[in-house]
Amino acid sequence: MSVASLTTVLICLPIGAALAVWILPLSRYATGSLAVLVSLVEVGLWIEQAARFDFGRRGLQFSQDTPWIKDLHVSYHVGVYGFSLWLVGLTVVAMAACIGYGFWVGRDRARAYFGLMLFLTGATVGVFVSQDLLLFYAFFEGMLIPLYVLVGVWGGAGRLGATIKLLIYTMAGSLVMLAAIIVYGLKAGTFDLVDAPPSVSRWLFLGFMLAFVIKAPLFPFHGWLPDAYREAPPEVTAVLSGVVAKAGVYGMLRIAITKFPEPAHFYATSIMALAAGTLVYASVLAFRAPDFRGVVAYSSMAFSGLIALGLFSGKDLGYDGAVLQMVAHGLISVSLFLIAGAVERRTTTGEFALLGGMARGRPALATLLMATGVISLAVPGSASFAGEFLILAGAYQRAWWWAVIGAGAIVLAAMYMLRLISAVLHEARGSTVSDAALDLRPGELALVVPLVGVLLALSAWPAAITHHSFAGDTPTAAVKAQFK
Amino acid sequence: MIQTPHVDWFSISTILVLLGASGIALLGAVLVPRAHRRTFAAAVAALGSIGAIVTSVWLYVDSASGHRVIADGFYRDRWTAMAQVIICATAFCTVLVSVDHVPEEHVAEFFSLLLASTAGMTFFVGAANLMTLFLSLEWFSIALYIMCAIDYGREGSLEAGLKYLIVGSFGSASLLFGSALVYGATNHIGFAEIAQTVGSQGLHGDLLLVLGLAMIIAGLGFKMSAAPFHMWTPDVYEGAPTPVTAFMSSATKVAALVLTLRVLRTAFPQETHLWSWAFAGIAVASLVIGNFAALVQRNVKRMLAYSSISHAGFMLIGLSAGTALGGRALMYYLVPYSAMAFGSFAIVAARERELGVPVTFENLAGFGWERPFLGVAMWFFMFGFAGLPLGGGFIGKFYVLSAAYRHGWTWLVIVGVLATLVSLYYYLGVVRALYMRPGEGVGVAAVAGGSPAREPLLHAAVGLALTVSVGSLFAVGPLITLAKHAAASLPF
Repeated sequence: MSVASLTTVLICLPIGAALAVWILPLSRYATGSLAVLVSLVEVGLWIEQAARFDFGRRGLQFSQDTPWIKDLHVSYHVGVYGFSLWLVGLTVVAMAACIGYGFWVGRDRARAYFGLMLFLTGATVGVFVSQDLLLFYAFFEGMLIPLYVLVGVWGGAGRLGATIKLLIYTMAGSLVMLAAIIVYGLKAGTFDLVDAPPSVSRWLFLGFMLAFVIKAPLFPFHGWLPDAYREAPPEVTAVLSGVVAKAGVYGMLRIAITKFPEPAHFYATSIMALAAGTLVYASVLAFRAPDFRGVVAYSSMAFSGLIALGLFSGKDLGYDGAVLQMVAHGLISVSLFLIAGAVERRTTTGEFALLGGMARGRPALATLLMATGVISLAVPGSASFAGEFLILAGAYQRAWWWAVIGAGAIVLAAMYMLRLISAVLHEARGSTVSDAALDLRPGELALVVPLVGVLLALSAWPAAITHHSFAGDTPTAAVKAQFK
Repeated sequence: MIQTPHVDWFSISTILVLLGASGIALLGAVLVPRAHRRTFAAAVAALGSIGAIVTSVWLYVDSASGHRVIADGFYRDRWTAMAQVIICATAFCTVLVSVDHVPEEHVAEFFSLLLASTAGMTFFVGAANLMTLFLSLEWFSIALYIMCAIDYGREGSLEAGLKYLIVGSFGSASLLFGSALVYGATNHIGFAEIAQTVGSQGLHGDLLLVLGLAMIIAGLGFKMSAAPFHMWTPDVYEGAPTPVTAFMSSATKVAALVLTLRVLRTAFPQETHLWSWAFAGIAVASLVIGNFAALVQRNVKRMLAYSSISHAGFMLIGLSAGTALGGRALMYYLVPYSAMAFGSFAIVAARERELGVPVTFENLAGFGWERPFLGVAMWFFMFGFAGLPLGGGFIGKFYVLSAAYRHGWTWLVIVGVLATLVSLYYYLGVVRALYMRPGEGVGVAAVAGGSPAREPLLHAAVGLALTVSVGSLFAVGPLITLAKHAAASLPF
């Protein structure tokens, strides 16, 4: 196997496995095992790729370029940069945990379910590695197809409404992006992201941004979020907020900022205002949310705002912090939603009014929720703190009051996260919490502990990401050079 | 002694094969005993359409330099041949689906008519003058009128036949009147001669000519069921036997669109600005009417009928660009479109047979879990129609919108994108019905009793359609090259 094809293998392996799962008449157990195995192999392949990745070298690595539609200069062009490598890593790790969770809880219609989860893995990896606009679009939409069915079939009672909102919102954004892609690509004479020259068109920039702010989501484009996050099965919500939402902010970095330097500069203040608004607004909503998932859902939205704030600050620190925060928050959010799933399975509810006192007699649950929650609220020394600090420092370099708004939101983050922790773990015992509700089982621990472990490792060494995202350059120089 | 023109028999071999098979199938209606008639007629029809595919492929390969044959009445070129391949492939799939779905009494006649109408369409796409154009249009239309009404024990089928006959005749009349006006203005019926005369005599913008062109466009608009000439479509698609609907929604549309671009480019190149705008308008009307009307449908066949109207709109975007890129886009789009349209109607046919009542969104519930293969196929077709990257429909839309942008019509790109957004709602409605609603509460699944018929042939046809629609996403390169060569036959 040549090294370059590793990227393609990372996309095709899960999609191929999805087809195998759909076609082969395997038992439920065999299907789940196969899916878990494939997702672990993905993690292994990613580690192999990361090990072979030359962090000192500029430009695209592990790239493959084959013509797809010749006369319009569309190609199958994939490859990874430093920052996309980390996002691919986030994807495969998160998907492995979520597929494992699906196996653990024994989702019914196993073949359909695991096939879709594997397909989603492939499509998401595809988003982060594609270097052609049409290919990017295909994967960007491709993520939506399995998500739609996963929420619609395995979701809660209000799933039908949730799926319609999810799809109509996100498709509205991405179809506008399709129009922008057509115009941009035909004007540039190529759809290749590496070769295409930067554009000064503000309309095109806004067309791309619409898709990304809906996916992320930023206020006021988050209408789909509460329903989707609440109705989806917990592991799908975890994917949605931990990984899929990152595709939105990744798109801002890879396409909107890089390919539209002038419009990005022109609109930077407006978008930062939107991002800061999202940060504060979503934090307040998270503080008011009456249930576990609501808090985590709005906190992810707040973090999307924070990441966008870092990206559009246009400073080195902002970029570094944003990439670190994408990965760190992805892991946090997956852990929290999986723990939320575990709590819901034990108590049948996520309502704070009905929960409480779960720490007593359940040390593992308490420790893990506490650890993840504390990392999430950016306690000094945590990965999240490093990310937030960098982002706020970047924002501060732009104007001091951006940092003030951001810091204020971090206080809010501490408030809602501590509220969550105490509502679930402490306080008086909730009416739905019975003594029979067990602590986290080994299966669940095996899913959440590694995630928290990675988070702790990142907390110890955030430079693993911040120093290895932009190939020895300063991030601003790399963005300016379009990562070439 | 009557002078007969030189006949290039090979150029019309596809048509001859189909007509021959049609004749044999018809003989089967009288000569073959009733017990074997269905098998015999279906086998003849299947073999005939396969033979026709072979000859059309051969013609494609062997007609690199397009020219007119048989007293300049027919085009032997790749544009014709590629359209013939698509039409004949659709006919073959129709045979597979029809085998178990045609009423007993007239099964041989049905297959004979199917082949005859396919022959008509394959002739229609190569027509080189207004006379052959009109004759072949009537040829396949009359066969289709009867096929719509073949299930005459059912009121809906008769109604569909009658409606199609009346509205279709109106379209034909318009086409004929338009042809007469064009002939009056130019004194010619050959497409190339019309263009020549318009050029040499400075007839550009001549009232008679423009009026004739408008009426021809209207006549062809009826056949491609583009708004505002679409009003027959939902009723006829709903009432006709479902395999016939599948055939009409794919093959007829291919024939009408392919021929329209040929007529416009060959006979009326000087009026490009006129018909460009006319078709842009028709495209927008089709997109708006097709999509918004589809939103409120509860009957799946009616919904698919409106969806076919909206897709006519999409393909007309490519056509209205009037460029080589537009022609390529149109020809490419037709491949996944005809596969998806055919496949989705075939699946509706399977459900209809199972339930014995018209298929609605309500009684589609649970179908995806009951019959996994058909469910997954329908899932692919619906997402493909909606332009999600699960099939060639995605590239097709990308292509036609690119053609519109190249033509300088960014507004049309935006209209296309908005129309796609609206269409999502009803396509996803089907997926929702298939998988996300419990099937038990419907209470109709038991009507047919027992487990559903196995229908291996229908499965094969759906499988073929699925392969084409998904395959065209991956085989974009080769398909585009084929379409490019085909479009090179037209004067751009």
